[in-house]
Amino acid sequence: MLHVELVLQGLVNGSMYAVVAIGLTLIYGLLRILHVAHAGLYTLGAYITVLTTNATGSLALGILAAMLVVGLCGMLVYRLLYEPMLERPPYVALIASIGLFICMEESYRIVFGPYGSSFDMPRLGERIALGPISIAAADAAMLVGAIVLLTGLAMLMRRTRFGVAWRATVTDPAMARSFGIDTIKVRYVNFFIASVFAAAAGSLVAVLNNLVEPTMGSVPSYKSLAIIVLGGLGQVGGTLAAALLLGVIEAYGTIYAGAYLDRDAIAFIFLIVVLMIRPQGLFARGS
Amino acid sequence: MGAYELTLVAVVSINVMLALGLNLITGFCGQVSLGHAAFFGTGAYAAALMAAAGWPLPVVLVAGGVTAAVLGLLVGFTSLRVREDFLAITTMGVGFVFVGFVRKQGWLGAEMGLTNIPDHGLGDIGFILMCLGLVAAMAAISAHIKRSWLGFGFAAVADDEATARTLGINVPLYKLAAFVIGTFLAGVAGAVYVYFTRFIIPGAFGFTVSISILSMVIVGGVGSLWGVIVAAVLLTLLPEFSRVINDYKLLLYGALIVLTMRFAPDGLAGIVTSLSRRLRRSET
Repeated sequence: MLHVELVLQGLVNGSMYAVVAIGLTLIYGLLRILHVAHAGLYTLGAYITVLTTNATGSLALGILAAMLVVGLCGMLVYRLLYEPMLERPPYVALIASIGLFICMEESYRIVFGPYGSSFDMPRLGERIALGPISIAAADAAMLVGAIVLLTGLAMLMRRTRFGVAWRATVTDPAMARSFGIDTIKVRYVNFFIASVFAAAAGSLVAVLNNLVEPTMGSVPSYKSLAIIVLGGLGQVGGTLAAALLLGVIEAYGTIYAGAYLDRDAIAFIFLIVVLMIRPQGLFARGS
Repeated sequence: MGAYELTLVAVVSINVMLALGLNLITGFCGQVSLGHAAFFGTGAYAAALMAAAGWPLPVVLVAGGVTAAVLGLLVGFTSLRVREDFLAITTMGVGFVFVGFVRKQGWLGAEMGLTNIPDHGLGDIGFILMCLGLVAAMAAISAHIKRSWLGFGFAAVADDEATARTLGINVPLYKLAAFVIGTFLAGVAGAVYVYFTRFIIPGAFGFTVSISILSMVIVGGVGSLWGVIVAAVLLTLLPEFSRVINDYKLLLYGALIVLTMRFAPDGLAGIVTSLSRRLRRSET
């Protein structure tokens, strides 16, 4: 039963990583920006969810408000920070993004206080029995939420005009423009959607832990960089696989390697090894 | 000078040493490193073990530097494989793995750190003089490298790797040299830190330390010797002068990184150069 629980716990964590990292991979795929501040938007989403829910009593309204506000913030970050840097070497945007992320974390600490906030209502404490295994309702909500979000993204990418425009712009921006695709608009929508995912991940984690803290973005921020590299940079499917795999490996690592290595370092060992052996990423197609 | 001022001089010295080391790697040679605290930490832990075993101070300083440089050489090899933003996240990964590893090592004191570090035996003034002497030596080495053939090679690699290679410059060798020298300086700074605090914990060498050092290099002006020194001194002292700034130290560092990257990519040095150019133009 230990293995079932470890895998399940890994999948719950992995699905959280996946929802955060998908947004990062969308941004990297389009603009080659390693957007660390994404995790700052994720924290913002979690705070807006908790505060709005406590004010209005409706979790749905909280999540909706978080997605909308954070989506707009994401577009603002692109407009004010990244757009003027697109012509500069890629590490410039990365370092600026780290600076922005630190500013965001510190601002949350100042504005919302260092101790974190919780929902007024009780935690989703009950467990759901699925035959011989049981799963906490909050964990189940995380898994289901992630599946709904990622399916939604897949539909958006395959079935809508935006999806076509996005894929065309990633493949060949010049060609896309000559076919009348507004590539500037694609970038803004891209940041909006990626940030909506960050907010959704924040909401889900807020429900999962019933706690939001100023520093809750620290672990996902840098770890999701590792995930998108492992997933083959800009590959949505690869990112998903890498996130879930990492979740499960971490769950096992905590049990079997916890005496030698901190859990949060596991992702970076993989990152370094993979970058040395296969710089194009674990799940990248060809080279 | 009172005890407080002496402490300040020591802290400033250590930060200037770290910034000078990173400036060699990121400034002179253009290899972005987000894991400088790992080399600082490696030097500190090696020095702490050596000092506790009874070795004299000069040996401990060199041992700290050499141990860090060995790790620096290893990490330097990754810079031959990945570049720019990928090198940045690889070195960041090295930083996280270093802390994650040390946290769990009983022989390194794990979370509790190492405490049984003997006194340096130089007296307060002697220790400060040693710090200042080391800073002066490192600044002199940096200035010398910048003017030498080594610095020329670094600049060529930083400017355009492909062109440097076509010109017959041995790019891998220069990158490794930058990493070895820069991390050696970080290791020596680590050893000084050990004698200064006589107590080290893994948390003292985390990612925020790497970012603080990086912000000194960036705000000073990547590659500019005096700019980096001025920025390291200012960014270390500012939080000391005001309680308010101290409470928001990280916010200040983060904001400075964002603003420098966005509006003044050449940092203080770039601002001063363009100002003096404008002044000269208005004179003529």
